[in-house]
Amino acid sequence: MAEIRTEHYKSEARKAIKDRTLQGALADVQDRLGKGTAKAYRELPEGPGLRLKAHEIRMQAVENLDILLETLAENVRENGGKVIFAEDAAAAVTECLEIARRHEVRTVVKGKSMVTEEIGLNEALTAAGMEVTETDLGEYIIQLAGESPSHIIAPAIHKTRQQVGRLFAEKLGIPYTEDPPTLTQAARKALREKFLAADMGISGCNLACAETGHITTVSNEGNIRMATTLPRVHVAFMGMERVVARLEDHDILFRLLARGAAAQHMAGYISYIGGPRQPGHADGPDAFYLIIIDNGRSRILADEDFREMLCCIRCAACLNVCPVYGKIGGHSYGYPYSGPVGAVVTPLLVGIDRAKHLFMGETLCGACKDACPVDIDIPRMLLALRARLVEGDRRWNTPPGNLVEKSAYTAWSLAIRNRSLYDGLRWLSAQAQQLMTARDGMIHRLPFPFSGWTRSRDMKPLARKTFMQHWKEMQKE
Amino acid sequence: MPGQQTQTVSLFIQCLVDVMYPEVGVAMLKIFRKLGIPVDCPTNQTCCGQPAYNSGYRQQARTAARKFIEIFEHKEVIVCPSGSCVTTVRHHYPDLLSDEPDWHRRAETVSGKTFELTQYLVDVLGIDDLGARYSGKLTYHDSCHALRALGLQEQPRRLISNVTGAELVEMNDSDRCCGFGGSFAIKYPDISTAMAKDKVDNIIATGANAVVGVDISCLMNIQGLLNRKKSPVKILHIAELLAG
Repeated sequence: MAEIRTEHYKSEARKAIKDRTLQGALADVQDRLGKGTAKAYRELPEGPGLRLKAHEIRMQAVENLDILLETLAENVRENGGKVIFAEDAAAAVTECLEIARRHEVRTVVKGKSMVTEEIGLNEALTAAGMEVTETDLGEYIIQLAGESPSHIIAPAIHKTRQQVGRLFAEKLGIPYTEDPPTLTQAARKALREKFLAADMGISGCNLACAETGHITTVSNEGNIRMATTLPRVHVAFMGMERVVARLEDHDILFRLLARGAAAQHMAGYISYIGGPRQPGHADGPDAFYLIIIDNGRSRILADEDFREMLCCIRCAACLNVCPVYGKIGGHSYGYPYSGPVGAVVTPLLVGIDRAKHLFMGETLCGACKDACPVDIDIPRMLLALRARLVEGDRRWNTPPGNLVEKSAYTAWSLAIRNRSLYDGLRWLSAQAQQLMTARDGMIHRLPFPFSGWTRSRDMKPLARKTFMQHWKEMQKE
Repeated sequence: MPGQQTQTVSLFIQCLVDVMYPEVGVAMLKIFRKLGIPVDCPTNQTCCGQPAYNSGYRQQARTAARKFIEIFEHKEVIVCPSGSCVTTVRHHYPDLLSDEPDWHRRAETVSGKTFELTQYLVDVLGIDDLGARYSGKLTYHDSCHALRALGLQEQPRRLISNVTGAELVEMNDSDRCCGFGGSFAIKYPDISTAMAKDKVDNIIATGANAVVGVDISCLMNIQGLLNRKKSPVKILHIAELLAG
């Protein structure tokens, strides 16, 4: 899954732009959800300012993470659950495999969880001989197709119902149909059998509550509730930042999460899970494990510039308004997190230098910030990442950036301090441009490094006189 | 606002306007002359430093910021025909110089008196009708920084609506980025072009004669594609419209 290279980003983006079906699907999801979310915020009785309150709640949690995690762990253990802290992806996967071995697990059902995508859990469980079934409809589709999610909450938006119809005919052995209700029923039937047979249920965690020791799962299909109550063992994975102090904080955050994610007032199913089945309970697992994953988050927490990113609740509202995501789709990002959130989180998790194309390949338009239910300033962090890339930072294993480009900017910074020098350089460029200017008065082809512009666009040449020259002449009049 | 109107406006001319679209600066000058507002223009100004800042070259951007502050700090009020350059001065200068108390203070002073043209006309001077004329249909593109960082949505529209003979037709997704993004347009030309194409399609669908904007950088991007398509639709900076 992780394919994080500049060339991959550019070539996948080109592919996506040419894919008419994908373009239609992206436009549709952005039109419905992007605009729907903005409307849902406007309709909040407390007004859009509630997002600022949510930001405060999340930031406070992030800044007190050590205490909150300790309290959470204590309370989960008191409820009879087991809590494991995993330093990195490998540790988290190993712990899960060990749990599966201990409980003699052969089949696993999963609720949608981005963090398990991040740590590559499915591959590891499958390699260990287990059968793993994704139970979110979108995730199920892409699992059958052998693909990866292209959107954080709508993982299969890149597939048409015709494609799903063919896929289900082939994999589920049903007659071909492109009727969504029939396809959904077929998936439901297949998944019910998996739920009933599964030994282990795996879920993510939308937000944990420290004071009560609960994790929460949110879904619109009810699948996570089944995956976490039917099997003997429930293992929940959470990124270590996904906790808040009080139950009352959940009220605000879940109302905003539902608006940000799906332009809903409230999600269909919200479960609070606080441990294994207690005596007298009708259902629930015999054993409950909570695996809390660091995997680079401590490093983000330690950096004042990027700590704010840990407020993210992975709702994907930023994807639904991002004009870049809207053209290139999720797969271009080469990692489970796509869109603006991916452009910041992925470099912080895998390396600033390695994933630089993600934060360079954005326009800083700011739509993501306005859409974020917890008001995260993503554009500020895109700029901060660019500055780190240029300056280099040993804490992030990032060497100082491109020396040629740096020299060019340094030369530029000298030229702009001296108007005569600036005018001289401008005059030289204007002379050169005269040779490039076509009969329509525009430049149709520019040399490197500006050739990217004229591949698809024309450019007006430099004016014969600058405004400053006009001004001086007008003063004489 | 008595008193306000007698303040001398210092022209902060975006570098792209200075060297590529000087007619926009000339139009802005005409507007202030028509309003009887005294104007000056420091001719040693060059660039606010936004290109360096947006590309991560903070040291180089600081050099530009200090130069800008030296030139403009004693001016009464600073007005610029670009939302994104004003955003750089108003929002980014104080951050950029936050480690140097003296420069930070000076940056705050400059940032508090720097305005985008339509912001200055409508919000500060309370003027939304300049008695301008235009014949035909116009559509308005919301530039990202003017819209989201400066909150300019109603101001330009009010000014356009009051132009005699102009019919303002809203395009679909007027608030969506045109795909310019500075060096983004050159480093990621395919993505940038795909975004610009959507913008241009939305513009053309309105049937407007021209697309109006408050930022020549977005308009330059849009013009580049319109011209390549040989579309008759023109770009029009709001200063040019209001001076007409």
